[in-house]
Amino acid sequence: MADLSFAENRFGMGARGDGRGGGNDPRGWVEAQIGAVPQPAADLPSRAGVVQAILDYRQERRELKSEGLLGPAKVMPASMATGADIMSSLPAGSQPAAPGPAQMDAARPKQPEALKAARSEEREIYLRLVGARTDAALNSNSPFMERMAHFWANHFAVSAQGEKNLGFAGLLEFEAIRPNLDKRFADMVLAVEQHPAMLFYLDQAGSIGPNSQVGGRVGRNGKTRGLNENLAREILELHTLGVRSGYTQADVTEFARALTGWSVAGLNPNQRFLQGPPGSFVFAEAFHEPGARTIMGKTYPEDGEAQTLAVLEDVSVHPATAHHIATKLARHFAADNPPPAMVARIEKAFLKSRGDLPTVYRALIASPEAWSPENRKFRTPWDWTVASLRAVSTDQVKPEMVVSLLQQLGQPVWRPGSPAGYDDIAASWAAPDALVRRVEAAQRIAQANTGIDARALAPHILGASLTPATATAISRAESPQTGLALMLVSPEFLRR
Amino acid sequence: MDRRSFLQLGGAVGASALFAPKLAFAQAATDRRFLFIIQRGAADGLSIVAPTGDPAFAATRGELAQPLASGIKLDSTFTLHPALVETGRMFAARQAAFVTAVASPYRDRSHFDGQNVLETGGSLPYRLSDGWMNRLVKTMAADPRAIAFSPTVPAALRGSARVSSFAPSGLPAPAQDLMMRVGELYAADHQLGPLWNAALEARHEAGSLTDVKGAGAAGMLAAKMMAGPGGSRIGMIETDGWDTHSAQNARLNNQLKNLDALLAAYRDGLGADWGSTLVIVATEFGRTARINGTNGTDHGTGSAALLMGGALAGGRVYGDWPGLAPAALYENRDVRPTTDLDALIATVLAQHYRQDGTRLGATLFPETSPKPLTARMIA
Repeated sequence: MADLSFAENRFGMGARGDGRGGGNDPRGWVEAQIGAVPQPAADLPSRAGVVQAILDYRQERRELKSEGLLGPAKVMPASMATGADIMSSLPAGSQPAAPGPAQMDAARPKQPEALKAARSEEREIYLRLVGARTDAALNSNSPFMERMAHFWANHFAVSAQGEKNLGFAGLLEFEAIRPNLDKRFADMVLAVEQHPAMLFYLDQAGSIGPNSQVGGRVGRNGKTRGLNENLAREILELHTLGVRSGYTQADVTEFARALTGWSVAGLNPNQRFLQGPPGSFVFAEAFHEPGARTIMGKTYPEDGEAQTLAVLEDVSVHPATAHHIATKLARHFAADNPPPAMVARIEKAFLKSRGDLPTVYRALIASPEAWSPENRKFRTPWDWTVASLRAVSTDQVKPEMVVSLLQQLGQPVWRPGSPAGYDDIAASWAAPDALVRRVEAAQRIAQANTGIDARALAPHILGASLTPATATAISRAESPQTGLALMLVSPEFLRR
Repeated sequence: MDRRSFLQLGGAVGASALFAPKLAFAQAATDRRFLFIIQRGAADGLSIVAPTGDPAFAATRGELAQPLASGIKLDSTFTLHPALVETGRMFAARQAAFVTAVASPYRDRSHFDGQNVLETGGSLPYRLSDGWMNRLVKTMAADPRAIAFSPTVPAALRGSARVSSFAPSGLPAPAQDLMMRVGELYAADHQLGPLWNAALEARHEAGSLTDVKGAGAAGMLAAKMMAGPGGSRIGMIETDGWDTHSAQNARLNNQLKNLDALLAAYRDGLGADWGSTLVIVATEFGRTARINGTNGTDHGTGSAALLMGGALAGGRVYGDWPGLAPAALYENRDVRPTTDLDALIATVLAQHYRQDGTRLGATLFPETSPKPLTARMIA
């Protein structure tokens, strides 16, 4: 029978070395957390703060330009910019060194120092949010809900890159994901799709209906303005129904038309159509494509804002969505190839409750497949890092360290390479070079945590899954640090 | 102690797996190199190998047509994007060729499914669990040593044949004692044991190349690890950032400059081995023919593939250009594919490695068994 350390590893963020958490009813321990949505730390950066940082950066850019110190403004869209410029003033040794996947930014012109300094405001916000996320992962009394927060943040992936999303991306998790962890899936979908991070990341903020009040006209820069179907496609493909679930290209385009008008106040051109506090979601009637829309055979006659809300509600409770979400949850908790019986159980709970997340979580916890010790998941870099730090009883770490470590391990925080988020299968993480990097990181963690006897710690952290071979290897290590590092990279610790 | 001396020491104390591949190096059955570069995000072939001679080009592309005015003329129909300076020189030297209106069997517009089809070589997403490059490795008589230049192994190289991965790390090197004990701990693990051995070999090969940065450096690294008698014969580099939904001109210019730098660094780094090298650059699908509402393009179908290398009989633009007239477009929005990317890959690789084209096609792409193209592409 599964012991508590099994539940802590499989459903939580890994066992803590100091034994915090606990009890002797593993399943009850997980279930009891469902109602406990952790309150975010009081000093989180605000949306207004992110907006201010962006505006300050733009101001600095304008001044430099007027002084002739800068070429024509070339604002990199969020989905293009890569991490190197963002991280450029982190402490030495923490910058990304790897060219793979080749980040194609070597020929980017150098930024003046003053502009780099203006950028640091946003970088500071990013670091504070990474710190808040790590702090919660290390210390939360409801680590199962932490796991769910990370799961959904990856499901609704945005990337902390570029002028706007360096600050906004992390806020998506704190403003749209965490407050909705125990609500309906549709509530989370709405909060996410209206968040500035998503509206900017998937190019929605500037999408304009060709027949809207503003559409078709030629703007000041001599360019016509019109539709962008990126967000519409990814909502259907990634966030709700799932790919190959029956929608067509025509549905995508119709949905993109319905979405026109969804934008962000205060940071876009065409300000006069975007009234509201800077950084807030705004429905700009002047951008909205007029008329009824037909999406997957259903006609939405509503005009204006209500139209998109109706579409989103429908796709959020759609049977294809139930299957898509159930499959991803089963994959995350049980096996790379999700057990069909577990998928069916979660899918049924989702459909019956119209996407009530606590009901879905209970179905997931009730699935025997999720408790099978034969089903082992290879930990992602984030999971492994958090579990390692919890194992050595860390309460707090410098966000710079987390940013740098996760960069080296291949899963930089909130910066996946695509809107599909990070993969959730072993083939993506268990690779030759990635493995050596974990050994390097384990050595670093072990050297920073002296005074731990891994021989005593390992049975507590790994419970029944600790093998005699690993126990022997730890006991024969040439130093306590080597013993601890061996525990952190042992086959059973690499998996959960 | 640096990594190289650790590894020698590690071998001396009995990690015999470290020595076995050394024997394999000497037995590599071929001196021919192959590098596959994937462009993740659906690169816009219409801006890379642009049909400027097509009567509908300027009107269809709007402001996206502008950069091509200063591009490199390839023939009466096609112009190469001006950022691809070195690539243009290779074309002039018959060391580059381009294939237009090309597509994998995938006909929808999801990046992730499209990349899966491109990399696994299946007819539909997720039908095959291994990649066509891994199957290519298995057609070779002796271990050709295949490597991904990234920390993890991309889908195209995944499978039962032994492959490696390497990318420079910024973390401090582990102590030799720890490395040795980890090796012992993984020896009995079917998943971790082989990965560990492959990683040690790759790091051994990489030597001191641990602080390279940027696109040119990625090309240099690949060249260093593929050059010479002991170098890997098969490699793969992933590039991302090709999903240009908005502000495409500036973004693509930057992407292509970097790709050009990568290719030039790889060519220069290989030295004499460039003469026996083939490079294929391909993407999961193309982008819409028409410009969208935010000065970019959305997901499309037909795109362009780039072939390079000293082994190539280049200097030609291949493909049956379908035209950009509305009626000629696929679903009235995308370039209509007229060349099967799988057939192209199988054909050029069969010529490069002197294999039978039909049989190699069936091995790499078992679901579609593409018919070889008739063109002679390798010198």
